[in-house]
Amino acid sequence: MLSIRNLDKIYINRNTKFQALKNVSVDIEDGEIFGFIGLSGAGKTSLARCISMLEKVDGGKIILNSADITKIKGSELRDVRKKIGLVFQQFNLLMNSTVFDNIAFPLKIAKKPKNFIENRVAELLELVGLTDKKDSYPSKLSGGQKQRVGIARALAAEPEMVICDEATSALDPETTRSILELIKSINKQTGVTFIVITHEMDVIKELCHSVAIMEGGEIIEQGKVIDLMVSPKSSAARQFFSKSLTFDMTSHLTELPKDGKILKATFMGDSALKPFIMQVIRNFEIELSILSGGIESVGGTMVGELILKISGNAEALASSIQYLKDLGVGIEVIYDANL
Amino acid sequence: MMQIFDYGYLSQLISILMPGTADTIFMVSISSLFAISIGLGLGVVLYITQPGGVCEITLLNKILGTIVNIGRSIPFVIIIIAVFPLSRFIVGTSIGRTAAIVPLTIAAIPFVARLVEANLNELGQGIVEAAVSAGATPMQIIFRVLLPESASSLVSSFTLTIISLIGYSAMAGTIGGGGLGDVALRHGYQRFRTDILILTVLILVILVQFIQIVGQIISKRLDKR
Repeated sequence: MLSIRNLDKIYINRNTKFQALKNVSVDIEDGEIFGFIGLSGAGKTSLARCISMLEKVDGGKIILNSADITKIKGSELRDVRKKIGLVFQQFNLLMNSTVFDNIAFPLKIAKKPKNFIENRVAELLELVGLTDKKDSYPSKLSGGQKQRVGIARALAAEPEMVICDEATSALDPETTRSILELIKSINKQTGVTFIVITHEMDVIKELCHSVAIMEGGEIIEQGKVIDLMVSPKSSAARQFFSKSLTFDMTSHLTELPKDGKILKATFMGDSALKPFIMQVIRNFEIELSILSGGIESVGGTMVGELILKISGNAEALASSIQYLKDLGVGIEVIYDANL
Repeated sequence: MMQIFDYGYLSQLISILMPGTADTIFMVSISSLFAISIGLGLGVVLYITQPGGVCEITLLNKILGTIVNIGRSIPFVIIIIAVFPLSRFIVGTSIGRTAAIVPLTIAAIPFVARLVEANLNELGQGIVEAAVSAGATPMQIIFRVLLPESASSLVSSFTLTIISLIGYSAMAGTIGGGGLGDVALRHGYQRFRTDILILTVLILVILVQFIQIVGQIISKRLDKR
């Protein structure tokens, strides 16, 4: 497990101080895919660089397998680095080395025997689907293929953890999807922990089990992706997730209704499959219409959102909302004609 | 024009130009060899010790940087005269082709060092960080990342250095260093032999062309990007 405790990072540029990370604490479980999302300047890349020990921290601890890695130096530090793979936005491949030599790099550094290196690289080439590109130079590869080499290199020394710093941000949507699929399947096959740094909500939804939302160097909110999507507590979280879900009031309503309420109903997993709208109409004296809605898969779980207009007497409205809540549907009143 | 086919004239030309050419090639190759090996090392040290470098030692970087700048700002003619005593100490004489190697090498080292430093800086931080994060030692970074990745541009820089040294060697020749510069001055200029003057220039042009072309071919071969 990786535990980050009260991490601070301050950049000093001549006389100006900039605090890139403020009191960041987070736990990342073994084998999970943990996302950090935020706008640029939120501190996510600083955090990735601190975890990968490319930057010294100015306070706090990073505990990997019960040892604080911020305190170590020299060869001990190099050994820890071998346990943490890094995948870069700009790939950072050796342009004068073949695909084989690029992937073999961490193994040669670790002075592994030649036989071992050849077998391991062949295995990795197979894993990332580049067996036929073994002897090509990176300049002959597409962006997606370069990133596959980057991922294979990060995995070569069998790390416990791989950090992907905006690994898909330089790629087109189609290639991004295939790289995300690759990361997901590697995580499943090998159980390697992935830390994913991104500014794209789609990456988090597609890939991550847990997520931390960062803003101004701090973690605003963290938890399971599903939980944050269904019931975000911070406005930052709402902002990120609202962009991804469908409702935009102004585009669906030409004028606001004169009676009743507009609800946002969020449902996931089992409740997504229940016919709760039918039940609520049957059980209560209300009128209900669907204004907009959508359903999508988040990390393999179905999450849906409906914008409903309901009207009827106040008592029936209150009890039908309670009924929906009891069914496990998240309800948020976004407009009330009586207010 | 008849003279050109005269055997005596030809053998005289050869007897004057051949040793001069041989001396120039000797001076340039030995001083290039030393200047490139020492300059390459110094350039790598300048690169890795700079602030934010793989082996950050700011003080050493500043000291070396200042020495290199001083070396680069002294005119070559002054270096030749200034290192007379050093030449006598190292190679036992202060005149002739062997003695000229010392000032040529000393003048070229800072030049090579700065070129190497610039070549390495061009690689960018990303590739070094990738190596650091893989757990590479500074030595592994130098020999497995920095030098192989910059090989092509390093060869271009070395080509440039050798060509500059050909020019410098002609200058060294004029004050007792031997070589084609000496031939051009003593035979061509002082004895009004315009034919010899032109021929020395021609030989120098051919030498420079040859090295430039070979350098370009090697550099291109090494470039896989």
